[in-house]
Amino acid sequence: MKTNILIVGVGGQGTLLASVLLGNLALEDGYDVKLSEVHGMSQRGGSVVTHVKISDEKVGAPLIEEGEADIILAFEQLEAYRWLPWLKEGGSLYVNVQQILPMPVVLGDAPWPENLEEALKQRAGKVKAFNALEIAEECGSDKAVNVVLLGAAARDLPFSEEAWMRVISEKVKGNFVEMNKFAFQRGQQA
Amino acid sequence: MSEKNRQIMLGNEAFARGAWEAGVTVVSSYPGTPSTEVTEAAAKYDEIHAEWAPNEKVGVETAMGASLGGARALSCMKHVGLNVAADPFYTAAYTGVNGGFVLLVADDNGCHSSQNEQDSRYHGRSAGVPILEPADAQECKDYIRLAYDISEKYDTVVLLRSNTRISHSRGIVELGERTEREIIPYEKNVNKYVAMPAMARKLHVAQEERLAQIAADSCEWDINDVQMGDESIGIITSGIAYQYAKDALPDVSFLKLGIVNPLPKALIRDFASNVGKLYVIEEGDPFIEEQIRSWGIPVTGGKDMFTIQGEYSANMIREAFGEDPAEHDVDVSDAPGRPPLLCAGCPHRGLFHVLSKKKTRVFGDIGCYTLSALPPTSSMDTTLCMGASIGMAHGFEWATGSKENTVAVLGDSTFLHSGITGLINMSYNGSKGTVIILDNRITGMTGHQQNPASGKNAKGEPAPAVDLKELCQACGVKHVVEVDPFELEEVERIVEEETSRDELSVIITKRPCAMIVKQPGIPMVVTDRCRNCRMCMKIGCPAIEIKDGRPIVVPERCVGCGLCARVCPFDAIESTGKEEK
Ligand SMILES: Cc1ncc(C[n+]2csc(CCOP(=O)(O)OP(=O)(O)O)c2C)c(N)n1
Repeated sequence: MKTNILIVGVGGQGTLLASVLLGNLALEDGYDVKLSEVHGMSQRGGSVVTHVKISDEKVGAPLIEEGEADIILAFEQLEAYRWLPWLKEGGSLYVNVQQILPMPVVLGDAPWPENLEEALKQRAGKVKAFNALEIAEECGSDKAVNVVLLGAAARDLPFSEEAWMRVISEKVKGNFVEMNKFAFQRGQQA
Repeated sequence: MSEKNRQIMLGNEAFARGAWEAGVTVVSSYPGTPSTEVTEAAAKYDEIHAEWAPNEKVGVETAMGASLGGARALSCMKHVGLNVAADPFYTAAYTGVNGGFVLLVADDNGCHSSQNEQDSRYHGRSAGVPILEPADAQECKDYIRLAYDISEKYDTVVLLRSNTRISHSRGIVELGERTEREIIPYEKNVNKYVAMPAMARKLHVAQEERLAQIAADSCEWDINDVQMGDESIGIITSGIAYQYAKDALPDVSFLKLGIVNPLPKALIRDFASNVGKLYVIEEGDPFIEEQIRSWGIPVTGGKDMFTIQGEYSANMIREAFGEDPAEHDVDVSDAPGRPPLLCAGCPHRGLFHVLSKKKTRVFGDIGCYTLSALPPTSSMDTTLCMGASIGMAHGFEWATGSKENTVAVLGDSTFLHSGITGLINMSYNGSKGTVIILDNRITGMTGHQQNPASGKNAKGEPAPAVDLKELCQACGVKHVVEVDPFELEEVERIVEEETSRDELSVIITKRPCAMIVKQPGIPMVVTDRCRNCRMCMKIGCPAIEIKDGRPIVVPERCVGCGLCARVCPFDAIESTGKEEK
């Protein structure tokens, strides 16, 4: 078993929690796992990516290379597009349809890619594009986008329902646990 | 506290854990990506006194003092921080230690968050200390423990070298127990600790001897791991490069070095003689390769095959060994870049709006505010290294004979790090320039660490806060003005006044970082009074976008700071009056 998951978004969107949950699930189930994340400058609204590599063998390099991701979780559409070459032929893409315009687009210095949505559909074996932000807000916080996306992607991952609930209880701050469990389940239904 | 004995840890957390297990009690560092989280994690252990020093030099001197006092001590920094700390480091490399002393330095291959890609291994070799280089989070923990044993056994500072990918990757780490250590009693020893010429000459000889001893001994250390496979190809590698090389070429023979200075020469010779073609794969400069070549050992491939630039990947190595590059049928080259931005509500935005409007020449510095060099404000002329804004403005003034519409701009942490000496110089050597200190009460860029102006220490406890105004006055600056950077008219008037004054002046913009104080949280809205002049777009706020040809405020991203309303000439932006979150 080898699963490579790329989590992409915009600095400040809270992509890190998703990878911590995945890492701990893998650890509990006896897999080896490596995560690689971005700290520092890009956290200020830049393009951010977390690599998650889970395997029943030893994981070497922490980075997923182009064409190697089984799953991409995208918190934003342009970031889904930017990282598309990393998706395996036939891989799954879960994308929150939110658009956050980067400054060059806002200033009119660069256009928004015309065929973005088409390209996402063409490349991915399975694309699930949905409004995870809206679901998160309905559950109580826009910060829950990460668990909504994880809920949606759970069908592609080898972890049991109980394991998911346990890791959320352990890794999410006390008073947000129930809200996050609910958001995860809403993601599963999405 | 019950803790599981296997945990997922960030490389930097694993370093802190290892230091704690090794019995470290004193950590003194200055923040710098990618090293910062080591000290942050160390500060969470009750047994460790962890502190933010004002700069790396003070951090290393403090750790050195702690070592003399008999404790195990640690100082952490990013690669460019080692330049600042080079002075105490190079001579501590002569004197040696009492309690173990590890200097942890994290390089930034790929320049993720830095102004250069310098290779710290050269500093370690030039200073003459052992350098250990871990390749994953488990090794971060194991190697730092080992580094303390080496430090005490051989009486030397040990350089532990990490980089972005090691420090900021997480992996499974097997936890151990903490070994409490007795303080090693300090004994006065002028021949060892007073590096005057007569002593230093002898210390230099002793240093050379211990390095020779380590080069010999380390041939037996299991951190230098020989993995024989297909013997026609042998690869010498270390650190993160090992991971890429092993993924790319799993079947060939490897010598994975855990110590990269001094190199275990006999072991390398032996390995070289047991393989056909020898390759050296190391990120950064040809540090290992050139030494091996200098011993007359033929190297089939090194930097002639692999770049000195940026980060490596397994694919890159596969291709260098002749594999066809993977086919890419998706072209996303039209994806616009997403450069980082000042946050919504950032206090720096007000000042840079004014400087941009006035087309002021700005000698800039390093911090969040460096982002204002990018559009739309584009209001920075230079960025060199921490503190350089002041020295450069001073030199420029002497070269051109003019200080007209020119300022040096730097953050509070940067000013206290190394700007203050520049200001003393300006005052002493007759500058009439203007320095602007952005006092946001925190070291923002590296993730909000406390500094001597914050009023809190690294553990979050109350601490005295330096009064920047009084400090500048004490440096001999007669005109020191404080202003709220969001009072745009006032800022403009003061900048005008101070830059045209025929005397040295300092402007301190005072407003806390938007990430450390609660923002109003009531989003702004663009009303129908908007005439689409796009003045609000000039402040570069991440919450303002164009929709259907007009500016709008995106409520989820707006923190309600109201700067956009202040720049709007038509009073068209107002608060919605209702709290979002
Ligand atoms: C010698 C050195 N040490 C550390 C760093 C990392 N670093 C970059 S900016 C910065 C300080 C930023 O704080 P401040 O000047 O207060 O500005 P702010 O980011 O808060 O606006 C630090 C520590 C560096 N670039 N160089």
